[in-house]
Amino acid sequence: MHALDFDYMLGLVPILLGYLPLTLEMAAAGMACALILACLLAVIRVTRIPGLNAFALLFISFFRGTPLLVQLFLFYYGLPQILTFLIAINGITATILGLTLHFSAYMAESIRAAIVGIDRSQTEAALSIGMTRGQLMRRIVLPQATRVATPTLMNYFIDMIKSTSLAFTLGVTEMMGATQKEAAGSFLYFEAFLVVAVIYWVVVEALSWVQKWLENRLNRAYQR
Amino acid sequence: MIELKGIRKQFGDHVVFDGIDLSLERGEIIVIVGPSGTGKSTLLRCINFLETPDAGRLTVGDLSLDATTATREQILALRRRTAFVFQNYALFANKTALQNIAEGMIVVDKLPKAQAHARAREILERIGLADKADAYPASLSGGQQQRVGIGRAMAANAEVILFDEPTSALDPQWVEEVLGLMKQLAAEHQTMIVVTHEMQFAREVADRVVYMDQGRIIEQAPPAELFSRPRDERTQQFLRKILAANPIA
Repeated sequence: MHALDFDYMLGLVPILLGYLPLTLEMAAAGMACALILACLLAVIRVTRIPGLNAFALLFISFFRGTPLLVQLFLFYYGLPQILTFLIAINGITATILGLTLHFSAYMAESIRAAIVGIDRSQTEAALSIGMTRGQLMRRIVLPQATRVATPTLMNYFIDMIKSTSLAFTLGVTEMMGATQKEAAGSFLYFEAFLVVAVIYWVVVEALSWVQKWLENRLNRAYQR
Repeated sequence: MIELKGIRKQFGDHVVFDGIDLSLERGEIIVIVGPSGTGKSTLLRCINFLETPDAGRLTVGDLSLDATTATREQILALRRRTAFVFQNYALFANKTALQNIAEGMIVVDKLPKAQAHARAREILERIGLADKADAYPASLSGGQQQRVGIGRAMAANAEVILFDEPTSALDPQWVEEVLGLMKQLAAEHQTMIVVTHEMQFAREVADRVVYMDQGRIIEQAPPAELFSRPRDERTQQFLRKILAANPIA
């Protein structure tokens, strides 16, 4: 056993932080795409559009039922063999694609639950004053569903940030990949992975604060 | 003028009512009474297609439609000519009292927002909640919420306001303020159809009381006549029971 090499750890922080933007960018892009896809899937599930509903069910079942790592390998190493035009897909794109599809499946279900959970009488009230279904969704249901779903969606975002570390298995040098390289050079594995763990932790903690603030804001209308 | 002709509604095998005819003049106030589960609320909900009638003809103002062939546009037009007040208020939880009242004017009537808000403020004044304009439903009492619910219906500028047991879900201390507001509307000759168990209100305010039992309109008459000389055996029994529990002055 040896003492922790604090100087090495301190020196590592700025190097790894240099890769933080890539981590956050992949997560942000994944989240944005996943949100759009999840909303589509949720609306399909709620309105039970024939055909599409079956597709949505299959999609959700597959992407929830298989590990993210397997999906990433499937997209990055597997798909280009079948669809040869994908040969140029790079690791970052494959990661964003994988995160999008994987997390949209989970998020679709929580958005669907939030929509279904809105008190039916408000739907009737909106229809009774002559609103169309679309207006009802946009003005009454979705704003309230957003509030209900936000805590869960923020949790998925946090999970997604951590999951970007899997990109390193696709040869992307993001924060985790960089750590691996640094550690391989110095042989100080414990120090290196401890530093990267703390960085992820701090980022997630910071996001938890944002989450709390956001929830308080969204809850303002509902306080007695 | 409102006219219902041959309205039928069934849920699965259960026929709630078949062949309901009812008509009222502009400015007339009808109170529908009767035992629970006789289809009073369902009838009211059929008038603005919250329930789709299985047969019959509906006329509201210049709009007339057949239940079986009604198009989407006709249904929307019908709903613009009717307004509904719900037993459980059904306010939009994400909107303030002012926004609840203005919502239909903005989204359905396409009024400019400033104009809609100005009208909503007038209505808030009339329902005695001018100071609650920016309050969300969750912070209002039951009585206040129901007054906003009525305000929302007033904003629709409808030919008729349909009240579905508007005081049944209220704590007793809020009932009077809601009935008071309804009386105020009645005094302004707002056409309304009210389903309620408030016999005192029926007696004071209704032009006509309709007694409904097991999906049929048994009899209808001005309140003084119906309450003092009910013709049908079932009406007599119902009134005896309900008036024994809640005597009216």
